[in-house]
Amino acid sequence: MQVTVQSEDFDLAQVLKGFGKAPNTGATVSFTGRVRDDSGTLEHMEIEHYPGMCEATITKIAEEAATRWSLTDCLVIHRYGNLRPGDQIMMVATAARHRVEAFEAAEYLMDYLKSRAPFWKKEVTREGADWVAAKDADEEALNRW
Amino acid sequence: MKIEVLYFAWVRERIGEPRETLETEAATVMDLVEELRAREPRYDLAFSDLKSLRVALDQELTEFDASLDGVREVAFFPPMTGG
Repeated sequence: MQVTVQSEDFDLAQVLKGFGKAPNTGATVSFTGRVRDDSGTLEHMEIEHYPGMCEATITKIAEEAATRWSLTDCLVIHRYGNLRPGDQIMMVATAARHRVEAFEAAEYLMDYLKSRAPFWKKEVTREGADWVAAKDADEEALNRW
Repeated sequence: MKIEVLYFAWVRERIGEPRETLETEAATVMDLVEELRAREPRYDLAFSDLKSLRVALDQELTEFDASLDGVREVAFFPPMTGG
């Protein structure tokens, strides 16, 4: 299991090269989140984080997923700092015996990271800057688990 | 007791600093919030709507009625937006 919180970008291909190599692994799934610009005016996104609590919270979520879906490997990378539209923000990867477990665990990780990992996003556009508000739907998404 | 208090995102912006060390006798998070609100308008503004705030004690998410007994670090922030 690997949990990394960093400001630098990551190379998806490089990261996945050594991932999920255990012989009992039959499926790996990966998801990458990017900075989206819906309005066409986004200059950059500032991602603030709580050092220490980020790593601890994500590790707990990843351990939970690893146990629940008997994962053979699990990886989370989350960036902070100033990111531009199209930049990679984060990724999760899961490895399991079968694809259902790998897909479900990846969704679980994403749902929990969104509402429980201490990161805050501020959008800086040509018109001004504003903090991204948490959505009720993101909190409700946790109920299905 | 001495306690480290951290602020993130718009809470940090409203209070004007990311962290401070406080000397307090507050028994619970709520007591600490009331103490801060009475101190200066910038705290009063930051803590005016507790429903839009979250609190962590020693880096674990908790509730506002939690005890501060033995706690070294308190953090206040809006709901997280990770992922």
